[in-house]
Amino acid sequence: MGSTRTTGVPTKLTQGSQTKGGIGESTLRPDGTLKVTGEFAYSSDMWHEDMLWGQTLRSTVAHAEIVSIDTSEALAQAGVYAVLTYDDLPAAMKNYGLEIQDTPVLAHKKVRHHGEPVALVAADHPETARRAAAKIKIEYRELPLVTDEASATAPDAVLVHEGRDDEHSRHVPHPNIVHRQPIIRGDAAEAAKKADVIVKGEYTFGMQDQAFLGPESGLAVPAEDGGVDLYVATQWLHSDLEQIAPVLGLPEEKVRMTLSGVGGAFGGREDISMQIHACLLALRTGKPVKIVYNRFESFFGHVHRHPAKLYYEHGATKDGKLTHMKCRIVLDGGAYASASPAVVGNASSLSVGPYVVENVDIEAIALYTNNPPCGAMRGFGAVQACFAYEAQMDKLAAKLGMDPVEFRQLNAMEQGTLLPTGQVVDSPAPVAEILRRVKARPLPPERQWESSEGADVRQLPGGLSNTTHGEGVVRGVGYAVGIKNVGFSEGFDDYSTAKVRMEVINGEPVATVHTAMAEVGQGGVTVHAQIARTELGVTQVTIHPADTQVGSAGSSSASRQTYVTGGAVKNSCELVREKVLEIGRRKFGTYHPAWATAELLLEGGKVVTDGGEVLGDLVDVLEGESVEVEAEWRHRPTEPFDLRTGQGNGHVQYSFAAHRAVVEVDTELGLVKVIELACAQDVGKALNPLSVLGQIQGGTTQGLGVAVMEEIIVDPKTAKVKNPSFTDYLIPTILDTPTIPVDVLELADEHAPYGLRGIGEAPTLSSTPAVLAAIRNATGLELNRTPVRPEHLTGT
Amino acid sequence: MDFLRPASWEEALAAKAEHPTAVPIAGGTDVMVEINFDHRRPEYLLDLNRIGELREWEVGADTVRLGASVPYTQIMENLRAELPGLALASHTVASPQIRNRGGVGGNLGTASPAGDAHPALLAADCEVEAESVRGSRLIPIDAFYTGVKRNALAPDELIRAVHIKKADGPQQYSKVGTRNAMVIAVCAFGIALHPETRTVRTGIGSAAPTPIRAKAAEEFLNAALDEGGFWDSKKIITPSIAKQFAELASGAANPIDDVRGTASYRRHAVGIMARRTLGWTWESYRGKGRSTEGVA
Amino acid sequence: MRVNFTVNGRQQEADDVWEGESLLYVLRERMGLPGSKNACEQGECGSCTVRLDGVPVCSCLVAAGQVEGREVTTVEGLADYARQREEHGGCASGACGTSLQEAQQWRANPAKGATDSQTGEVGGGNPAAALSPIQQAFIDAGAVQCGFCTPGLLIAADEMLERNPQPTDADIREALSGNLCRCTGYEKILDAVRLAAARQDRQGLQEGAV
Repeated sequence: MGSTRTTGVPTKLTQGSQTKGGIGESTLRPDGTLKVTGEFAYSSDMWHEDMLWGQTLRSTVAHAEIVSIDTSEALAQAGVYAVLTYDDLPAAMKNYGLEIQDTPVLAHKKVRHHGEPVALVAADHPETARRAAAKIKIEYRELPLVTDEASATAPDAVLVHEGRDDEHSRHVPHPNIVHRQPIIRGDAAEAAKKADVIVKGEYTFGMQDQAFLGPESGLAVPAEDGGVDLYVATQWLHSDLEQIAPVLGLPEEKVRMTLSGVGGAFGGREDISMQIHACLLALRTGKPVKIVYNRFESFFGHVHRHPAKLYYEHGATKDGKLTHMKCRIVLDGGAYASASPAVVGNASSLSVGPYVVENVDIEAIALYTNNPPCGAMRGFGAVQACFAYEAQMDKLAAKLGMDPVEFRQLNAMEQGTLLPTGQVVDSPAPVAEILRRVKARPLPPERQWESSEGADVRQLPGGLSNTTHGEGVVRGVGYAVGIKNVGFSEGFDDYSTAKVRMEVINGEPVATVHTAMAEVGQGGVTVHAQIARTELGVTQVTIHPADTQVGSAGSSSASRQTYVTGGAVKNSCELVREKVLEIGRRKFGTYHPAWATAELLLEGGKVVTDGGEVLGDLVDVLEGESVEVEAEWRHRPTEPFDLRTGQGNGHVQYSFAAHRAVVEVDTELGLVKVIELACAQDVGKALNPLSVLGQIQGGTTQGLGVAVMEEIIVDPKTAKVKNPSFTDYLIPTILDTPTIPVDVLELADEHAPYGLRGIGEAPTLSSTPAVLAAIRNATGLELNRTPVRPEHLTGT
Repeated sequence: MDFLRPASWEEALAAKAEHPTAVPIAGGTDVMVEINFDHRRPEYLLDLNRIGELREWEVGADTVRLGASVPYTQIMENLRAELPGLALASHTVASPQIRNRGGVGGNLGTASPAGDAHPALLAADCEVEAESVRGSRLIPIDAFYTGVKRNALAPDELIRAVHIKKADGPQQYSKVGTRNAMVIAVCAFGIALHPETRTVRTGIGSAAPTPIRAKAAEEFLNAALDEGGFWDSKKIITPSIAKQFAELASGAANPIDDVRGTASYRRHAVGIMARRTLGWTWESYRGKGRSTEGVA
Repeated sequence: MRVNFTVNGRQQEADDVWEGESLLYVLRERMGLPGSKNACEQGECGSCTVRLDGVPVCSCLVAAGQVEGREVTTVEGLADYARQREEHGGCASGACGTSLQEAQQWRANPAKGATDSQTGEVGGGNPAAALSPIQQAFIDAGAVQCGFCTPGLLIAADEMLERNPQPTDADIREALSGNLCRCTGYEKILDAVRLAAARQDRQGLQEGAV
């Protein structure tokens, strides 16, 4: 208890500033060692004695009545334990869904898209299950297809869902429209008269796949109490639970979920995939059941990014000020709603981009069609809009004879700007600054492929395929910037829960953090440990596995987890700290007056005053005690958008990123090599700088993918997916990905924990339009669709 | 399914004679995809991995006898001088992992028009050594591809090796894909100059039901080079000759629209690749090409 | 059918193997070695990369019957493999690796909770077993996010550094072009390989100086 005060003026400490491994440091992943040794248990690695393998039989047509299903031959196969169809579902509730419960667990009377689950098999070997599934006979009677806006909203259109009674059904103009959100502000028609230039464009955004590497998988183990234990890779355990328990006919406490290792997510694990199916088979057979999709099935096992048609009109004065914007965004939601309503909300409210436009007339809709269901993917709604409005910015700048970056900066939003929804941007919005930074960066040298030995094809368009040694290659440079909302918007009660315990283990103070946050690779577990160290002054932090034995953490999506679950961990740590200090005061308060008078901190395993005087060891304070707090934490409330005007304080925070793309295009063959994709992003506060870079570079690369190669191709005549494989759905390899220099700004948002800003999605927005702008710059082509294919660049 | 594991070439031939439906598997890079994705359930798998001689090659006076299972990596690393076109083609095959397993025998056995080796084999000129318990025969490459994913092998035959003419002049190979690595050909083009016979041969991949040669283009070019005395003078080929060669090559293509590309793009791209690869090989023949292959 | 082969230096045997099974399936589901990952099963992602008689291959495209009598190294044996290489210039057969018994004891045991495997904060793995240089570099450089591509990348990168200790960036990109990663944008993976190469180089210099 001795004083260690040094001479001189004591520096005022703040909590955590003296503890190693806290926020702001690039501490390493706690799961890193297990992941590099192969020991980390992903959902597809789950194994159980006597487990069976589940197999899903999916529809081979997109829209059809099911005339009959005959499972007898499949059931008769040796090694088959169960075959289930809709008729075997145990509860009155037979549908699930994120926002609208419109998705049947197994198809009933009809199928609405190619690859819809119709029957399930459990068998003792995957091959036995596959052979049995192939023996199930299903007779379909095909129905007319709804594949686009025209076929969806025609007066005599076939209804994808009859008898809708969800909350959106009351305000949509047609039952094949999932949700519609207009936003009206100012007078766009009047303002258009004052515009010196007007630019109109029609843009198409292709269907992107999350293409996470770990396929959908999990293990369901029946329990003695009639319940089930489910080990699965998901983005939100509690949301799954709310959808799973009712269709199993079980109370939620009998469905115990544990997060197993997640091989990437990117939005594709927000919806249920194999969870219910595995539980049904396990409960039916009384045996553990494992389901693992292969890559082919994975393309049918999750929703995709909404393809979109976007119609834009912008006006500007001759000195470069935007006068107005009108747009119509039509998102194809496919056969089931999934996250479509939220995607519509984002697309409409962010359709103007990070710019000041006082007069707007905006409409966004999502359709029900017989195409594959679409839902969440990194940056949803905002990604599609950014592609279109950034193309418009370049066209306007060109028409005005202005530099595209200067034109953007002239119209850039800033703190205090009013959004089209009437909401004030009440934290830093350094849009002009991040554009300035990417532009100020020196350009990479020209003709880097040249060497004394000849042309290094690895650095040329076409790469190893040896298509050019420099012939036809033209360089282009393009810029883009975007805005993404952080967290769940529109009045959603967006909270998280953290349970934090502090105790002495083996003579050392240890904090345990227990949340239901899905670690999907983003590094939330790293950051939670850092927060606990900062707030509790300990070195040892244990991250408890995520499960449903603790309250909901909300989804690992919408760039929200560091903000919201990070905020919850911080809050619970603060409550724990108070309790620890209470114990300290109770035990040792009489020994030193500072216990009562000073502001006390936990640092380096000790209780110290803000002047740095040590009052005691945590080990002594916590001797024989443990402190535990489980508490919910929520960010500032938001409001729904008015259904007629779109007005409302719908968002809680924004995230901004800008990119400069440098590309080299083989203009004769239409092949593209991205040379550099520089990014500048405001992150508020980098809790883990290394992870921040990883998020920005990864998000940037997914944006690159959808610029030049990634697209699920759906045959408009059959609504069937034509390329469900990694042979024909291409994602960037390391030879397609350029260097990605990143400029990180840290302008604190005073409303957020530590001033941080959600970061995961913004880089995915601006990367795509920047690459497209660079390709336009190289080729002079208009290019109103993404991904751009060699055909588009060669006019063939 | 039965898994046959012959320990020698003779055993393999006997097994194939006994079970003509047996699917040979060597690198596995085609067959296993089909099994994993449930596209194929052969009655018998005939493993050729234990037969060492299939992974050997012999460099003769005029030809290289290339074992059917010599991995593409080995071709790239060891046969660049003798088989430059095939070495370049090998380098475009899928990924390093696949190049470590796959060999020319698999491409020929599958006979997909998208197989990367075909244009190089057609351009270099070669014969496929097919063998059965009935005996051995050499099938000229021009007679090997008989239809979409069909070839001239009899049901009891296996591919033992390919006898490829050693390069007597520059060879080139280009392949268009929509990714810079690990990509299936949208279309591909191979060219080989044969100064000894003063001929040029070509190969086109993924732009017709089978791998094909651009024969009209070859004939035109052979005549043009001959008439203009280009082989002796080593003059720059005039742009009009290169242009017409490219157009004829493009015209030889008979492609389809599919998810990888449109027919019209394929025709266009074959023409561009024909013109460029002719330029590279001819510059190299003239001794001017700083690099005929590109570096990698 | 029955298949015998050597995995990570230990003789292994699998019974009742279906003839269409891949090496990947046998490793993951029969030998308790799920480190090699099943991301595409068509040779288009590299997540299942192992060394077969020293050569990097996609284990999803090797038929189980084809590995009879051969040697396989997986990510689980990579640290030992690297150590053996350091000491003897190769993994002496039978000298390194995991016993079948140990391997089969490995599981994500739901009944006991997957604590260790999830966070690594408590126990987890064998702290005494040193990582190979490339494994350590992946952790240090931030090259691991979701980690699903990591085992395959480690095998491929380790083999490249064995062949080419001082790779250029283009060399690294070419060698790793058969391994897809969806999280990182590859920048930190490049950093990791550069880091491992530099450390290897420095170590070599130090040893050379002694």
